[in-house]
Amino acid sequence: MINYQRFTLDNGLRVLVHEDHTTAMACVNILYDVGARDESPDKTGFAHLFEHLMFGGSVNIPNYDTPLQEVGGENNAFTSNDITNYYITLPSANLETAFWLESDRMLSLAFSEESLEVQRNVVCEEFKQRYLNQPYGDVWLRLRPLAYKEHPYRWATIGKELRHIEDATMEDVKAFFFKHYVPSNAIMVVSGDVSFNQVKTLAEKWFANIPARQKPERRLPQEPKQLAPRREEVYSDVPVNSIYIAFHGLGRIHPDYPVMDLLSDILSRGNSSRLYRALVKDQPLFSEVNAYVCGSIDPNLIVIEGKPLAQVDMAKAEASLWKQLDILKTELMKETELQKVKNKIESTMVFAELSILDKAMNLAFFEALGSADWYNEEVDKYLAITPDDIQRMAREIFIPENSSTLIYYAKERQQHAG
Amino acid sequence: MLKNDNNMLDRAEAPSRHEIQDIDLIRPDEVIFDNGVRVFIFRAPTQELIKAEFIFQNIFDGSEDSLLHTCASHMLKEGTKTRTGAQIAEEIDFYGAYLMPEYSFDQTALTLYSLNKHLNAVLPVVHDILSAAIFPEEELETYIRNNKQTLQISLQKNEYVARRLFFKNLFGESRYGRVPTEEAYDKLNRDDLIALYQKQIQPQNCTLILSGNITDDVLKHVRALFDVQWANTVDTNSIVAPKFPVFVPSTVMETRADALQSAIRLGIPTINRVHPDFPAIQFVNTLLGGYFGSRLMRNIREDKGFTYSIGSAFASLQHTGFFTIATEVGVDSTQATLVEIEKEFTILRETAAPEEEIALVKNYILGSVLGSIESVFSHADKFKAVYFYGLDISYYTRYNEIIRNMTAADVQRIANTYFDYNNLLKIVVGRNN
Repeated sequence: MINYQRFTLDNGLRVLVHEDHTTAMACVNILYDVGARDESPDKTGFAHLFEHLMFGGSVNIPNYDTPLQEVGGENNAFTSNDITNYYITLPSANLETAFWLESDRMLSLAFSEESLEVQRNVVCEEFKQRYLNQPYGDVWLRLRPLAYKEHPYRWATIGKELRHIEDATMEDVKAFFFKHYVPSNAIMVVSGDVSFNQVKTLAEKWFANIPARQKPERRLPQEPKQLAPRREEVYSDVPVNSIYIAFHGLGRIHPDYPVMDLLSDILSRGNSSRLYRALVKDQPLFSEVNAYVCGSIDPNLIVIEGKPLAQVDMAKAEASLWKQLDILKTELMKETELQKVKNKIESTMVFAELSILDKAMNLAFFEALGSADWYNEEVDKYLAITPDDIQRMAREIFIPENSSTLIYYAKERQQHAG
Repeated sequence: MLKNDNNMLDRAEAPSRHEIQDIDLIRPDEVIFDNGVRVFIFRAPTQELIKAEFIFQNIFDGSEDSLLHTCASHMLKEGTKTRTGAQIAEEIDFYGAYLMPEYSFDQTALTLYSLNKHLNAVLPVVHDILSAAIFPEEELETYIRNNKQTLQISLQKNEYVARRLFFKNLFGESRYGRVPTEEAYDKLNRDDLIALYQKQIQPQNCTLILSGNITDDVLKHVRALFDVQWANTVDTNSIVAPKFPVFVPSTVMETRADALQSAIRLGIPTINRVHPDFPAIQFVNTLLGGYFGSRLMRNIREDKGFTYSIGSAFASLQHTGFFTIATEVGVDSTQATLVEIEKEFTILRETAAPEEEIALVKNYILGSVLGSIESVFSHADKFKAVYFYGLDISYYTRYNEIIRNMTAADVQRIANTYFDYNNLLKIVVGRNN
């Protein structure tokens, strides 16, 4: 349970405050409601490149990082397909520095050509490091366009290809900023050793006179219902075969989202989970196997993935995964097994409340979904789930017509000696 | 001209700065059980989670085979005389607990996180693991099979290959230099695992750190299991220090024709936390490559755009320490990156650091120290990081004091003592055009 208070400035900026005086630190988290799904298909990877440029100086402050480090603070940011999230942690005595820095870059950026040039290179190296220079690094560059045909989730946050990043211009940067980085499109959460009144005063001082501008309207193409199984097989320079099966699932605020989430937990959370027990331990067909929900805001993917052991035929490995999914559809699970995954949810929620940064991020994300209150209501939704819910969800999701299967076959290759 | 218009905010001017306070660490209560277990207790009465860390010094007598230790630690949970691995997993998961074996160069630990209300249900499982593990043959086969496959995948990552070459060249055949190979996995066997377990997992070799809402009742329960019902069966040997090869700086290039990026790793064996210079070295390292605004990051990422990230660190081990710089850069920038790193070393040694930079690094470090304390678990971590070196938490007071007093001359003295580019081992995996 995270207690908080809130207010909204006239320009539309929402501010949430969570006081926690057991720490000497404060956290300022700003979520901008823009992600890779808001990009145009010929300029992908832009939201993330833009996140890098947010550190290239703002209209009145030439350098973002240095003044923050000077007061003992740290910052970072991430971009997802849905949102862009920036955060600072710093000694609470220096809280105002965070307001100064964040308000100036919400007001306007320096739009430095030099920064754009360097960050294009940095992001291209990030693209190579994470997606190209790794075995299986390009999974999501293949799986997304296989599973999504219309919705912008069909490209990854890093972008479809290096060229889109290399081609980004200053005009694109400015247009993106003035469209999406507006106060009413942002949610600020301040947590830690702060008081509500102090935050209110500082917010009014630093953020109130930022012009309102218009909140962008989001009209994304909806993904049409998938009607037939999809499949892609690649022969690649990877050491072992690998299989990924992605199923279309529900959006983050759908009432059945927690059911889908628990479904993946039953399959693969912890060493007692079904896939691990059945396919790694009891009948060893895989060296590793996993199931997870992507956690996106619009209708999600739930992914089953694994690496079969060397001598195991891929068709057999694939059939063994389906067999586990079929069991969920045909046999009603026991209450005790369901209780187990619920207990894990409960302890995970307690863990998430140990850090002021995690608390701030969670409040901001749920506020972006619709209401920060939903965060505190989340556990009860999980606890109310029944075995029938799980079976119903498995029957809806785990059907061949709803699946996109990606298989990597290892090309014959020379072994590297270690 | 109106000078004091209250509505005019001067956005170019930073708000005033305030001094960063020191941390106030919890001093643990210490209890020694009759069987020799040393218990340290960090109390946080309102917390819903309890953490119990059972830490054992790694014992090497004669053999330096650290892969055996890694395997033993991973397999602790895979079966006891009365529970199968599956049952252990089921019981732990059912109570929403986490039970994690952790292996490091010098210690093996079994760490339990549990909600207070379920602690009594899961502690007996931990007791069973620590007193009656059997390392079943079938589970060992699974472990070997899966780790060999994972190794194959890792060996295709340039960064992993570079790290491996780094440790091999730095520490040779000693426990710190051993790296996994397929042959080494094939040599693992039950007899060796059980022999190691019986030597090492003994009460008198155990340090137990309890943190959270540790009531008298909790302690009574812990004591019933881990004192009364846990006896020493052998005498634990005292710690044998490893022998290290004489370090000779060299350059190792492993060419990967198809690489898009080269993984670079530089480093040298050096002093560890017990040396009085250690805090000052941390300061100089932070300035050079230890944070986002470091000289290496500013030069090689933010100015040149050669990499997504570059960083350096001084790591402390029980019997030595090591310095390392790591990055992955576009293959065309491999040589240029090495040249720039060398330049930064030269500047560090020959030119006095500007006062503003010294002030900034001080505040950055003091802020990180303050921010490293999040919950009672962080207090336990801070204690753990010094305890095994024979230090106590006054280390952190001394550390902050040294940081606050660093001068440009101190930086140069440390740089000239510990930062010599020509003395570094240099590993490149990828291409150097």
